Amino acid sequence: MRAEGRAVCVGRDIDTDLIIAGRYLRTKDRSVWAEHAFEDLDPALAGRLKGAVIVAGPNFGCGSSREQAPVALKEAGVVAVAAPTFARIFFRNAVNIGLPVLECEVPCQEGEAVRFDLDEGWIEAAGVRRPLRPLSPRMREILRAGGLVPYLSGGRG
Amino acid sequence: MSTLSEQILGAPAGEYLDRRVDRAFAHDGTGVLALEAWRAIGSGVFTDSDRRHLIFDHIAPANASLTADLQHELRAFAKEQKVHFSDVGGGVCHQVMAEGCVLPGEVVVGADSHTCTLGALGAFATGVGATDLAGVWATGETWFRVPETTGIFLEGTFSGAVEAKDLALAYVAALGMDGGTYRALEFVGEGAAGLSMADRLTLSNMAVETGAKAGLFYADETTRRYLAGFGHEVEVQRREVDGYPDEVTIDLENLEPLLALPPRVDTVCPVAEKEGVPVDQVFLGTCTCGRYEDLERFAAIVRGKTVKVRTVVVPASRAVLLRAVETGVLTTLVEAGCAVGTPGCGPCLGAHMGVIGEGEVCLSTANRNFRNRMGIGGEIYLASPSTAAATALAGEIASPEGCL
Repeated sequence: MRAEGRAVCVGRDIDTDLIIAGRYLRTKDRSVWAEHAFEDLDPALAGRLKGAVIVAGPNFGCGSSREQAPVALKEAGVVAVAAPTFARIFFRNAVNIGLPVLECEVPCQEGEAVRFDLDEGWIEAAGVRRPLRPLSPRMREILRAGGLVPYLSGGRG
Repeated sequence: MSTLSEQILGAPAGEYLDRRVDRAFAHDGTGVLALEAWRAIGSGVFTDSDRRHLIFDHIAPANASLTADLQHELRAFAKEQKVHFSDVGGGVCHQVMAEGCVLPGEVVVGADSHTCTLGALGAFATGVGATDLAGVWATGETWFRVPETTGIFLEGTFSGAVEAKDLALAYVAALGMDGGTYRALEFVGEGAAGLSMADRLTLSNMAVETGAKAGLFYADETTRRYLAGFGHEVEVQRREVDGYPDEVTIDLENLEPLLALPPRVDTVCPVAEKEGVPVDQVFLGTCTCGRYEDLERFAAIVRGKTVKVRTVVVPASRAVLLRAVETGVLTTLVEAGCAVGTPGCGPCLGAHMGVIGEGEVCLSTANRNFRNRMGIGGEIYLASPSTAAATALAGEIASPEGCL
């Protein structure tokens, strides 16, 4: 699975409250989450997420189990999230909804192209190619299916 | 020589496995998305209804028509699938599950990050998202990576006004907000053996604040006695490992009352360093510190006095509330001027009932103080029930040391 996007840089320890605030959760309308993504971090950020690869510092997605966080990013058009480490519930949620998560150390240059290949296990940013920490075979299967729902409804055991 | 997680999951750290889930639960916040995902999976099969729970706690009672409509739909679903259902007023999911629903050695998943609370009972309990939970509803199982373990060695006993919440803040500060990522924590040592079940639940609760997947205590005589109160006879669990590649040792004797400063849970200092900081609200409750023992500690300090600042108390469950009624603790709290809310999460997640305004400061017994969590532009300090009581009486951050 190869894809690319423009880098949008955020810091370390970005918690799920910052990704989508609790006050916007009580709805089934996913566009609400996309519209308010990162609002408490930077209200202008949501407008720049279409086609973006979020490049974050360590511990991205810490905090709540709220799946609305990765859904908000995917719904807003985020292609993938890259960070040296992720909080584990966010990491698993992202795979479950079909949003690629890239565990890697990359420098972030705002707006520059970021390319990656999940199967070959590399990411290219600021002109340098680096390896990705491999996903488990199961996680790769789930991502390839487009998320856990299509994976399970595709006739697994 | 296996860690407790390895014993329960039946495989060594680092291994991936599929495992039947003994207990699974969702709440009104995560249940709606899980229901959508379950419908989308389209199997039509709901497995193990008698081991699945739906617990309304996040915005309970509902605060608006939209919330009410979503809850109405979930309530009908719970009835249709015959799951255990705890409606408005039953309490926080983790506390409700801890009241006799979870046993040592079980594998438990909850669609809430603080599901690690139930590790206090010797279960492997971890938080998942809504789609993961829907997968468990449909198939009865899920996959796990068996975590490596960090040992938290506890020595000595608490002295003065120090309690479990201070210890929780101490270990979170020692590990940092991501020091436990992808790992399990095991609380061991004589200090751990001496802790009550209420204290253990507080400690396991905050494991996820270090990024950990689970926070476990070995089931011992305390666990046996606690669960016997709910009619369960359980075996004790034996520790097979002496040491861990990663260890943290904390001497309970040398702790002092602590605070987590906004907006990070791992930025911790002694309460004494921040005495005099004015607060606008004190909040006692949540899955961290809303148990009877917490209310009792708070009541012991405010008894016969009046709080100087608005103080919201939310018991963690109906059982907690009832016990506080029976013992008179509730009367003490109300006479002291506290506002008492429906058992549940209360204002912890900033959704209703006690949200703070811009520029306001809340001292809370909860587990998170992220920016804007309890209201836009507000600040949250985290502390123990005793510190909360001393602060409520003073109207500014105050140490409980002088109150005992």
